[in-house]
Amino acid sequence: MCPGGGGPAGADTLGAVTAALVRSLSRLARTAAHPAAPACPACGSADETLADRPDGTVVRHGDAVAKAHAPGTEAGPHAVRLAVAGHPALAGVLLAPLPERATGPAGRPLSAWPYGRPVDPADPEAAPWEQAAVLLARMHRVDPGVLPGPLPPMRGPLKLAAALARMEREAGGHPAAAEVRRAWRGLPGTVRGAGGRAPVPAALCHGDLHLGQLVRHPAPDGPWVLIDVDDLGLGDPAWDLARPAAWFAAGLLAPDVWLRFLGAYTDAGGPAVPDPADPWRTLDAPARALTVQTAALALARAAAAGREPDEVERAVLDACTRIGTLAPELERGAPS
Amino acid sequence: MQCPKCHAAMHTYNRNGVQIEQCSGCRGIFLDYGELEALTRLESQWVQQAPPPPAPGGYPAAPAPAAPAWGAPHHGGHHKHHRNRGFGRMLFSS
Repeated sequence: MCPGGGGPAGADTLGAVTAALVRSLSRLARTAAHPAAPACPACGSADETLADRPDGTVVRHGDAVAKAHAPGTEAGPHAVRLAVAGHPALAGVLLAPLPERATGPAGRPLSAWPYGRPVDPADPEAAPWEQAAVLLARMHRVDPGVLPGPLPPMRGPLKLAAALARMEREAGGHPAAAEVRRAWRGLPGTVRGAGGRAPVPAALCHGDLHLGQLVRHPAPDGPWVLIDVDDLGLGDPAWDLARPAAWFAAGLLAPDVWLRFLGAYTDAGGPAVPDPADPWRTLDAPARALTVQTAALALARAAAAGREPDEVERAVLDACTRIGTLAPELERGAPS
Repeated sequence: MQCPKCHAAMHTYNRNGVQIEQCSGCRGIFLDYGELEALTRLESQWVQQAPPPPAPGGYPAAPAPAAPAWGAPHHGGHHKHHRNRGFGRMLFSS
């Protein structure tokens, strides 16, 4: 989003909105970094925009970052999610927020956090898979009864539905969209949000695990913790393992990395996989759901960039095709 | 018929002459007496038609982790590791 960058119609307006948002975030990050000072002293820190997406903009100032949460974020559940992140039961698992809060343009909630060092995208081999698994197991084992409430539902199924809707809007005419739709229709009702009982008791879930959701705090070499509470809530903990499971099933994640991740999770007593000898009993349905979600977003992103899906995206689309042709094949004949 | 696990309704399907009950909720499958043997027979017929396994030699295959039925082929064999920029991006995005 570069103002005056020759983008689509309305880009200038979007640029102005973003600039106002970044100014609000800079103010909050400076306040959070220097809580005792009325204005930022000459600390030598420059503001740095760490992320700028429609659902979250993050600005860093020194030891603090400020985040603008997605437009339309509900105030009540958002406050509970922040309180959970700051609760002692999650100490060392979730990064705790700083006390500073503000409201940005268009009523978007702004929050402040300590800066943590993220996973190096240039070195995925060094990614902390085991640490991520152990943090998830610890989160899933927290008794939801001790946490601030009412805990909102984990937003995994909502994100799946949103991904499908985005695909229909932006890439609904692509031939591969039919395969994604077919795989989606074959998903169990429990993951499509159509009701039914989850296989294990509801647990506190992160709701959007990927390698961008881990930082070392204190930076640069502190222990790894999870960040981003926007999708956090009560749900089936298998969803938090489903994205790596989907990558493995699509042939993208090496089997040894998958085994390290899964083994660390079960060794730490994570409840999403009650039987380590049969992990797919509980992982299969959410992993299919994340495959469908990833494929739907891949088609939308490729369409937005005016290109065909790349090799990695095709691997996920192929997994969708296999999902669509395997289990639902049983249903093609009318049930007797 | 009700699913013994999640109590949703089970529907009967006929696949290659084998009656299969599948749960509409959790998609678990129930087999009557003899049906597993019938499926095993069908599978062995299919395996006989399949090409022979590759000749021994090279590295011994490491034990492959369990994978779902819809997983990518060649797990445990020659892995096509997509350790490229595309997968790097996917690892870090929602």
